[in-house]
Amino acid sequence: MPTNPTFSTVLVANRGEIARRVFRTAKALGLRTVAVYSEPDADAPHVREADVAVALGGSTSAESYLDVAKILEAARKTGADAVHPGYGFLSENAGFAEACAQAGIVFVGPSPDSIRKMGIKHEAKAIAKAAGVPVLPDALLTTDEPDDWRKAGEGVGFPLLVKASAGGGGKGMRLVSAVDELENAVSGARREATAAFGDGTVFLERYLTASRHIEIQVFGDSHGNAVFYGERECSVQRRHQKVVEEAPSPVVGAAVRARMGEVACALVRELGYVGAGTVEFLFDDTDDSYYFLEMNTRLQVEHPVTEEVWGQDLVRKQFEVANGAELTAPDPEGLHGHAIEVRIYAEDPARKYIPSPGTLALYEHTDVPGIRYEDGVRSGSVVSHYYDPMLAKVIATGASRTEAALKLASALAGMRIQGLKTNRDQLVAILRDPDFLAGTTRTDFLDLHPALSAPEDRVDVTAHLAAAIAVSVHRRRTAGGATAFAPAGWRLLPYDGANAAWTRQDVRRAPETPVTYRLDGSTLYLIHGGAEYEVSLKDLGPESVRVAVDGVDRLCRVRVADDTVVWVDDSDGGHSAWKPTPRFPEDADASAADDGAAEVPGTVVAIAVAAGDRVRSGQVLVTMEAMKMEHQVKAGRDGVVASVDCAVGQFVDAHQILVTLA
Amino acid sequence: MPVLRSQLDPSSEAARADREAVLAALQRIRELQQKVLAGGGEKYAERHRSRGKLLARERLDLLLDEDSPFLELAALAGTHDPTETVGGVSGIGTVSGVECMIGANDPTVKGGAVGPSGVAKQLRMLEIAERNRLPLISLTESAGADLPRQADIFVPGGASFKGISRLSAAGIPTLSIVFGSSTAGGAYVPGMSEFTVMVKNQAAVYLGGPPLVKMAINEDTDDETLGGADMHARVSGLADYLARDERDAIRIGRQIVADLRWRKAGPGPTENPDEPVHAAEDLLALAPMDLRRPVEVREILARVLDGSRFSEFKPLYGTTLVCGWGSIHGYPVGILANNGILFSEEANKGAHFIQLANAREVPLLFVQNITGFMVGSRYERGGIIKDGSKLINAVSNSQVPHVTLMVGASYGAGNYGMSGRAYDPRFVFTWPNHRIAVMGGRELAGVMSIVQRQKAEKAGQPYDEDADAQTREFIEAMVDGQSDAVYASGRLWDDGVIDPRQSRTVLGLALSAIDSGPVAGTRAFAPFRM
Repeated sequence: MPTNPTFSTVLVANRGEIARRVFRTAKALGLRTVAVYSEPDADAPHVREADVAVALGGSTSAESYLDVAKILEAARKTGADAVHPGYGFLSENAGFAEACAQAGIVFVGPSPDSIRKMGIKHEAKAIAKAAGVPVLPDALLTTDEPDDWRKAGEGVGFPLLVKASAGGGGKGMRLVSAVDELENAVSGARREATAAFGDGTVFLERYLTASRHIEIQVFGDSHGNAVFYGERECSVQRRHQKVVEEAPSPVVGAAVRARMGEVACALVRELGYVGAGTVEFLFDDTDDSYYFLEMNTRLQVEHPVTEEVWGQDLVRKQFEVANGAELTAPDPEGLHGHAIEVRIYAEDPARKYIPSPGTLALYEHTDVPGIRYEDGVRSGSVVSHYYDPMLAKVIATGASRTEAALKLASALAGMRIQGLKTNRDQLVAILRDPDFLAGTTRTDFLDLHPALSAPEDRVDVTAHLAAAIAVSVHRRRTAGGATAFAPAGWRLLPYDGANAAWTRQDVRRAPETPVTYRLDGSTLYLIHGGAEYEVSLKDLGPESVRVAVDGVDRLCRVRVADDTVVWVDDSDGGHSAWKPTPRFPEDADASAADDGAAEVPGTVVAIAVAAGDRVRSGQVLVTMEAMKMEHQVKAGRDGVVASVDCAVGQFVDAHQILVTLA
Repeated sequence: MPVLRSQLDPSSEAARADREAVLAALQRIRELQQKVLAGGGEKYAERHRSRGKLLARERLDLLLDEDSPFLELAALAGTHDPTETVGGVSGIGTVSGVECMIGANDPTVKGGAVGPSGVAKQLRMLEIAERNRLPLISLTESAGADLPRQADIFVPGGASFKGISRLSAAGIPTLSIVFGSSTAGGAYVPGMSEFTVMVKNQAAVYLGGPPLVKMAINEDTDDETLGGADMHARVSGLADYLARDERDAIRIGRQIVADLRWRKAGPGPTENPDEPVHAAEDLLALAPMDLRRPVEVREILARVLDGSRFSEFKPLYGTTLVCGWGSIHGYPVGILANNGILFSEEANKGAHFIQLANAREVPLLFVQNITGFMVGSRYERGGIIKDGSKLINAVSNSQVPHVTLMVGASYGAGNYGMSGRAYDPRFVFTWPNHRIAVMGGRELAGVMSIVQRQKAEKAGQPYDEDADAQTREFIEAMVDGQSDAVYASGRLWDDGVIDPRQSRTVLGLALSAIDSGPVAGTRAFAPFRM
């Protein structure tokens, strides 16, 4: 860093893992750190990790992390002289970058002009073309005339993509394989783009089937230098969202890398770009041709894979460049090993990736060499529906791609993530898939491997049920008071075992499983699903047990949450959640009369119901008068009135039934 | 404390033979237990279930804390008599953290009717509850007395209602959950209990059922009007709680027990409850079915006591009665264990030791394997009766809790001196090889033969040797049949036959139950004849 730094306090205008990531480097550089947070994020880890934190108020992004005025006020209040935008939110908002400049705050990122130019996609493409970057044929739709659209489409050629000019993240994007689908696609894309970005401008672009998504990590400095740190491949996508990201690409050699890097740097120079950026290409692995897609003027989510294989801290580099440092190009030989990143989302891949917000009951991972976790959550975090449901990024680095993939799969399988449905099993399945390991990852990978989105349940039900029961029993017995010394469920006479029922909670509409079990020393005799099992147990404790079913022995870690849900995570990547059926019905007012009976002798003064009426528990059926007081006769349960057994004016005895419920 | 060593070679030929023999006996006992467990049999169980009702043992399992132990008592009561009604289950279990005496009628056996053995069992359970300060829970569904046997039931049976009331008087709570029909005598179980829960549309509690009412006063009525749960909860006030169904009733019962805020009054376990050093499995080689084979009783203690630790008292004196201190699941106990026939020295040592345990207020464990006191002129002259009386005096008046474990023979006055059933031990458990009688069958037959022969000689009549042999055989078989462990348990001479390997758990549960009440000793004994 230069001897005269231009800033000493950095506010991170972001949340979650990226805020924590930026704080980590900022602290290493001795910078004072400022966090901002919305109401739902008040207890988020990123808030705790900054030196000071400022509440923005509000819940939605618009009310908090996207509110420029609030963020600048937070900076002013805390004396922040630099803002790091992270990714997403305001990171590619030229207006924000401008506002920072006006407030005398360093924006750690490119100039508003660069952001603006690259933000309009068709404009970016034109600039790239001028800089000598190969592009796919395209056409901007400037009219509302379907005829014009058709002509433009024919010019571009099919298949093609309809893309939002202001877009990103797959929003406002449509794939069109033939001309007759065009009109609908354009209208839909425009609607979506208007809703998402406030700008309905779309353009058509030739679509390469079976291509790869390869992007170059570039940096520009204020001295006019442009450098690049190789490529990342992010071809495994679902609906244009990246699922697996890696560096280097299995299909990019040194020569192609150098060529693509040089082209990307040409664009950086053309723009006078300062800071970190990513130039994205579509790559045709049949002839190594590549075409400019877009340039992202920020640090990417997947930047860690580049850091791992190049041994660089890209956030540090961002700060250095923002401070006016001069870049030198990395040694092309400085690329070592292979890194792969996956993103764990609170979502259900088997159900069209619907988000599953909620409380993350437990979040735990072990520290393994070569595995890096970038997470913004912890046990007890609430994953709200206000923000992106990403829980964590996990990055594995190995000597080879296969090593990195398998290591990453194991690390994911070993994580304990309880309370939310996630895409973890899908990620593990992808990383262990032979085609993935062979490197044949084109953008249609998941479409060609639909089974990976609904991977087979890795849970051995008998083993998990046995673990859940054994640990529950152990916990009850150790709390068993005076007779805790006796074996569980001990009987003097022969005994088949205790009856119970358990229901799987992490599987939709799972049926209740009745079980009979008996724990005898280190053997659990278990009957379920019409079969008898002799499960041998080792190291039974309050939180774990080794369970052997059919001679296969595995460690099951078990967590009993609030005595209602039992979570089982095994050492082989099986994860399940179970709920024991309560032994007794809920406490209800059992002594309440089902029917409406008089409590005292008296006269009926009003009848509120008639035969056939549906009534709710506690509803007034009859009003009577006795001893100059009114008494109400109420329904003891929900039901339907079978008959009214009294009349207004009638004198009734105590306990006499006045209304009978069906 | 010294740790007992073992000389036992469980792989020896003799040990293996003994083991096989006792396993065969255990198998026969298990078959008998299975019959008891089956209650009225599959047909009646199915009929009962089809009414949406739970079986007696299902009710019990639900009542007990999940995965907690249940010490069933007198399970074989009445099984010695083929004319008996054997149904129902009784024992000690933990409900809402409280060790309780629990009894459940089995309605699949003659509608839950109680026979003479059932009455005797009920009375024994009331005695155990009172002496050990255990709350009583009755899971009631009973047709009352087994009428054909009413002559054997009516008079003694009255004590069961007295017993419930006296528990209350002693400050011990009583609770009855009524699941079904509970007629006449049965009706007084909820009537006498402090708390009563009745299951809606199931419980029917009345002095006389609809037919009797029709007979007596010509009133037409039905179960629900006459003694339904709803009526008793709203009108008569016999039911304190109305339950929607059986599970709800058990839930309410558990809540009632939780609300007792019951605390045990004993000193609690104080010692390290570690497992014995020697394997419980070997106890099978220490329970020879042939009682003529001597067993070193310290080998048994080494497999029952915490850490096999035993601090022996007077080890060089009166060596056939082993006395000393140890603990079981943390509960300290003084132990008197037979290692052969009793002589004067043993009787004096035992009397001394019992007084010490009373002075220290430590419960006593009697391990009985005794053929009796020594006979013969030398011993009579040595005052064997005088010394034996000292031991019986000490046992009779001792106030610390006694538990008696019968691991072999229990003959003659040895049974008394070692706190047999008549000496009010809190619990008596037996092993399958246990035999109990005034003396062994062969000895008894022999004695009778000698007496007959002398009578004939005196009368100058010839003695019929063939008839003598026949008589001896008959008497021997009869005595042996009436002294075997299963028969004895059927007669309620003990609280249950156990697998020797269960000894430590059974004794631990018994000591824990005893600990529900205070442990106090006494200095008040009859004069010891010096």
